[in-house]
Amino acid sequence: MDFRFTREQEEFRNEVRTFLEEELKQGSFQPRCDAWIEGYSPEFSRKLSRRGWIGLTWPREYGGGGKGHIDRLILTEELLRYGAPCAAHWFADRQVGPCLLAYGSEQQKREYLPRIIAAEMFFGLALSEPEAGSDLASLKTSATEKDDCFVLNGQKVWTSGAHHFTHCYVVARTDPQAPKHRGISEFVVDMKLPGITVRPLIDLTGERHFNEVFFDEVRVPRECLIGGKNRGWYQITVQLDYERSGMERVMGNYPLLDVLLKLVTSEKGGGWDSAPRAVVRHKLAELAVEFEVGRLLVYRVAAMLEGGRVPNYETAMAKLYATEYEQRLAQGAMEILGLYGQLSGGSRWSWWSGKALSTYLFCRGYTLMGGTSEILRNVIAMRGLGLPSK
Amino acid sequence: MNLALSEEQEMLRKMARDFLANECPKKLVREMEGDEKGYSPELWKKMAELGWMGLVLPEEYGGGAGTFLDLAILLEEMGRACLPGPFFSTVVLGALTLVDAGSEEQKRKLLPQVAAGKAILTLALTEPSATWNAGGVTLKAVHEGDHYLLSGTKLFVPDAHVADRLIVVARTGGGKKPEEGITLFLVDARSPGIRFEVLKTIASDKQCEVAFDKVKVAAEDVVGKVGQGWEVVEKVLRRAAVAKCAEMVGGAQQVLEMTVQYAKDRVQFERPIGSFQAIQHHCANMVTDVDGARLIAYEAAWLVSEGLPCAKEVAMAKAWVSDAYRRVVVLGHQVHGGVGFTKDHDMELYYRRAKAGELAYGDGDHHREVVAAELGM
Repeated sequence: MDFRFTREQEEFRNEVRTFLEEELKQGSFQPRCDAWIEGYSPEFSRKLSRRGWIGLTWPREYGGGGKGHIDRLILTEELLRYGAPCAAHWFADRQVGPCLLAYGSEQQKREYLPRIIAAEMFFGLALSEPEAGSDLASLKTSATEKDDCFVLNGQKVWTSGAHHFTHCYVVARTDPQAPKHRGISEFVVDMKLPGITVRPLIDLTGERHFNEVFFDEVRVPRECLIGGKNRGWYQITVQLDYERSGMERVMGNYPLLDVLLKLVTSEKGGGWDSAPRAVVRHKLAELAVEFEVGRLLVYRVAAMLEGGRVPNYETAMAKLYATEYEQRLAQGAMEILGLYGQLSGGSRWSWWSGKALSTYLFCRGYTLMGGTSEILRNVIAMRGLGLPSK
Repeated sequence: MNLALSEEQEMLRKMARDFLANECPKKLVREMEGDEKGYSPELWKKMAELGWMGLVLPEEYGGGAGTFLDLAILLEEMGRACLPGPFFSTVVLGALTLVDAGSEEQKRKLLPQVAAGKAILTLALTEPSATWNAGGVTLKAVHEGDHYLLSGTKLFVPDAHVADRLIVVARTGGGKKPEEGITLFLVDARSPGIRFEVLKTIASDKQCEVAFDKVKVAAEDVVGKVGQGWEVVEKVLRRAAVAKCAEMVGGAQQVLEMTVQYAKDRVQFERPIGSFQAIQHHCANMVTDVDGARLIAYEAAWLVSEGLPCAKEVAMAKAWVSDAYRRVVVLGHQVHGGVGFTKDHDMELYYRRAKAGELAYGDGDHHREVVAAELGM
């Protein structure tokens, strides 16, 4: 057992921090919460790309960094700590690339991976549908084989960034006769193809991050099928493990914790009187403790991957625990700020540009996206503890 | 970063688990709750033969030169088995304190005896003020010639009634701060003027009131430096908090396993209750608390083991594990339903121990305050 990072890992962390400090100084970004979903900046992604920080763990033969999972966690931990805008490449880096590596053909790997790494190809995820949320396997979007194509018809929801991204990772039904888990396939779809319509989906924050995506007779070339036809469900469970166990689940709104701690420990902050001091101390201490547990649950997954072991329920647990912690952070911040918590940005009275309010609004989504807390508890109970399904 | 145990540590865990499953059945645990001594001398002897008391002691004093992490693994298994007796007091509170601060002679005299299972030690720290802070130490030690006279009352002293030696935390002088003027004494438990009374506690774990009436202690029985004992105590308390966390993680793990098994076996509405999501979600919450508790406890134990700065992480661990163990047992009870509410069921043993563990060496509130201070608040 060793909780230490290697000297190389510590040096890497310093390198990332130095870069981010420099970028901050130059004003290339404003720190924000939820920057991995909401901070869309192709320019910033290209800067990371030039440093080799997209596809960090992917094999060098495809242009990847060939580094370990712990290194990637260090990188993402720092990007999130600084609230740097990473939404453009996040999904491609987190799950599309690893999925291509696991299931893509050699040709697909050679075609797509270098372009993801170069921050030219940005991916959205087209998984959920109006009638297929938690029960994703009941999805209806169809992909019918015709000539040299699969013809896509149907509707997706909650595709973040679809109005920006160049590509989408789509799951669709390729065999309507088969049992629902056995007729699904995965595709890489160019968003410029005729027949694709993207409509904004305004979430409760009042902003547009998510979209509905409509496919109307969209002809997707056969070579865009990833992995085996009708094997999509088995492939996607692996992808969901990546989706669930990243540092963004515990550090999505970390900048808020950081700012609150600075506020309370600063001389001026000592006089913050919207809540009694002892209560504030304990609330923040408790959040700091909870954060540490979440961080360890996330690192555990990376340490398992690094050690060549396949996580079981651990990814679901990391996401379940961490997103619920993030909601408690948002709530704790609002309690500490008192009346000021309700102010949006833009007022001379607003605190930290209303960012606590933003994440308080947005945080309802944390425990819904990528598997609701209830679905994750099912996964932990059945996959992890072996409890029966009936 | 490697969060797995080594092969040797896995072996130690397995050996301890198997041994305790055989030698420490719940029947014994229940018997010992009502027993005057509170432990089985035969079992104590077997544990000594396995080298458990000396596991973390240096080789030159008859120990096995293991690490604190090894000890944490052993304690986790003890918590799982609800092992009764003075192991924690003797090793964590007593022997390791002597290793840290004892004189060469004190170590030479006592540690080999501890390793051989022939000496029981404990620490007499808390008083009726029931605080873990230096200000709580008021028991007076008055210097007279070649000895000291100790007078005052210690409360919540574990296993004092069976101990051979007590390490008594006493006040030898005043100072600007309560941390100054505190001295540790190694006291023969049979010295004239000492009176014990075993307290009736939630876990029936033999905590005592120990009254000192002008108890004579030789000057050479001071442990460490006169007036500078609090530094030693702080270290002991940190170590004890982590050790207690390890024990609690073991208890929580056992409660989880019992509960999951029960959920698989118990049939209601013509199906195992574990197939209902309400039960599944309770179990998922339990395992999340258990895994989180183990990770943060072992992070702290590893830091202690490596001799690295650990004040914040130890406080985080004890704050978290104290609450997590309680939550796990509460949900375990809910899943077990009525049967877990009976005196015959093992759940009640863990329910009571979870609370005792929570209170020992600082509860969640105490340690959140430490975390706040460590974060600069």
